[in-house]
Amino acid sequence: MGLIDRRMGIFLAGLFILTVAIPVGNLLIDGKPVPSYLVSLFGKYLCYALLAVALDLVWGYCGILSLGHGAFFALGGYAMGMHLMRQIGDRGVYANPDLPDFMVFLNYSELPWFWHGFDMFWFACLMVMLVPGLLAFVFGWFAFRSRVTGVYLSIITQAMTYALMLAFFRNEMGFGGNNGLTDFKDVLGFNLQSDSTRAGLFILSAIALAAGLLIAKAITNSKLGKILIAIRDSESRTRFLGYRVEEYKLFVFVVSAMMAGVAGALYTPQVGIINPGEFSPANSIEIVIWVALGGRGTLVGAAIGAFLVALTKTLLTGWLPEAWLFALGALFIFVTLFMPTGVLGVIESTLRRKPAPKPTQEASV
Amino acid sequence: MSVQLSLDGVCRSFDGFKAINNLSLTIEKGELRAVIGPNGAGKTTMMDIITGKTRPDEGEVLWNQTVDLTKTDEAGSARLGIGRKFQKPTVFETQSVKTNIALSLKEPRTIWATLFHRSSAAEDARIAELLDLVKLSAVADWMAGDLSHGQKQWLEIGMLLAQDPELLLVDEPAAGMTDAETMRTADLLRSIAGKHTVVVVEHDMDFVRALNCRVTVLHQGHVLAEGSLDHVSANEQVIEVYLGR
Ligand SMILES: Nc1ncnc2c1ncn2[C@@H]1O[C@H](COP(=O)(O)OP(=O)(O)OP(=O)(O)O)[C@@H](O)[C@H]1O
Ligand SMILES: [Mg+2]
Repeated sequence: MGLIDRRMGIFLAGLFILTVAIPVGNLLIDGKPVPSYLVSLFGKYLCYALLAVALDLVWGYCGILSLGHGAFFALGGYAMGMHLMRQIGDRGVYANPDLPDFMVFLNYSELPWFWHGFDMFWFACLMVMLVPGLLAFVFGWFAFRSRVTGVYLSIITQAMTYALMLAFFRNEMGFGGNNGLTDFKDVLGFNLQSDSTRAGLFILSAIALAAGLLIAKAITNSKLGKILIAIRDSESRTRFLGYRVEEYKLFVFVVSAMMAGVAGALYTPQVGIINPGEFSPANSIEIVIWVALGGRGTLVGAAIGAFLVALTKTLLTGWLPEAWLFALGALFIFVTLFMPTGVLGVIESTLRRKPAPKPTQEASV
Repeated sequence: MSVQLSLDGVCRSFDGFKAINNLSLTIEKGELRAVIGPNGAGKTTMMDIITGKTRPDEGEVLWNQTVDLTKTDEAGSARLGIGRKFQKPTVFETQSVKTNIALSLKEPRTIWATLFHRSSAAEDARIAELLDLVKLSAVADWMAGDLSHGQKQWLEIGMLLAQDPELLLVDEPAAGMTDAETMRTADLLRSIAGKHTVVVVEHDMDFVRALNCRVTVLHQGHVLAEGSLDHVSANEQVIEVYLGR
């Protein structure tokens, strides 16, 4: 089976059309049929979709139900946010060339050691993957080696993101406390408020999503991918075949965390802010709902699920802000009870049931 | 002949209940050995201890007279060359029969090797040969979960052979098989013994007779009798605890 099967082909084609149409509609056509805020909004959805693909890789294929993937996303977002803060330079309110505004406000005398290097774009990009990857490695090394699985694993991933949220809320941590990082000006010299930069970020997000999907697909198509499924379905049997299950889990967990980090890094400049709220346990649970709704273990389905839920959230919070959490809960219950294969599963089985031309149908009976 | 596997004074209790009680057993290289005994005698637990799934409380378990098996884990014992077929057939239900065999083949098991693995003609031929041997060629592309109980038994035997292990631990292979299939399994195990060491647990006496090998009777976690089937069948204690019922 190749990397681009029918499902993947259709999705990538759709993504490509969107990636061309939205910037063209915003930048090139008179009267701006696509308003600028929509470009960033859709860009945000693409980041969510990449995050969903990352979770599907570990949950759908290896059975690791992570309820803490929001943490990897947020860390990637913070790493990029730190670069954007350093880029502000002396254009901040306090006009301090070295210290971001919040540090001047909190009477920092010098830049904390972990902020060094982030003035360089390449360094920030490296950290976007390295920091979530390292956290996933350390966390996974302990958890998988001690054979923590199932609900217990889910609970400790949730605890991980909760602990990080509390830590990032503290001013002493040096990440801007509850305000987070914001007021970004530009990236690599491009003004973040300009339409063309926004379109550029949108296109980059689409490319990242496509790349993430193809990498995940390549992994799941390989023999290693089949071992992941074997682990998901019968972990102990896989061990008795001589596979070191913890190594495989660790590998896929780290890859997934890095992918989530990239999604977060693209999210921050498009949304214009990253704050500790991104670590909240509810965020991580929402990612699981995207994947479940779209279709677990399908990759493409996860991306579609993220898109659908995020779109609904945008619409609903506009009309009825209080209703969103209830709607999300109801959606999750509905999907688990009535759509175990998710939206993608339902669509595909409906298409398959479409009546075929008479003669072939008879021949096949 | 040299010793493949030896257990010496092995004990293991669960919540005070001695499932394995001072068990000592020696298996020669290339030997075919049947292990029988009533339900709860500790036969499966013995295999758990050999494969590193369960740690003994005391006693020594040695592989090739040198390697301490009480220190290895499941994957480690498999890599040493111990293959296992489970009492309850366990196959990878959502993957094809062919994939089940392919994942079992004796090939490198590192992340790197499996990520960049390319299937070869030799590998396909080996898979086809194994499927033929366990008579599953016709259902090679089925999901393993769709197989009947007997077919799953065969698939697991196929997976075991694919690993090409030095020692095969086979737990109740005949359950769910027809009489003819049971005899075929016995023939198959007899034919691979010699090149491989085989330990079979089974309740089916016709099957054990067909194996025509040395028999160990386990009872309450230790060896009650050992010898030819006729020899152990004549043992008063064996008749009392096992055969008589
Ligand atoms: N993990 C465990 N926890 C608690 N008790 C156990 C465990 N494993 C085995 N036992 C107990 O040890 C005893 C021996 O079990 P074992 O499965 O080895 O028997 P067996 O000889 O294989 O029996 P059968 O013929 O029914 O398969 C049983 O009483 C069982 O309940
Ligand atoms: Mg048993």
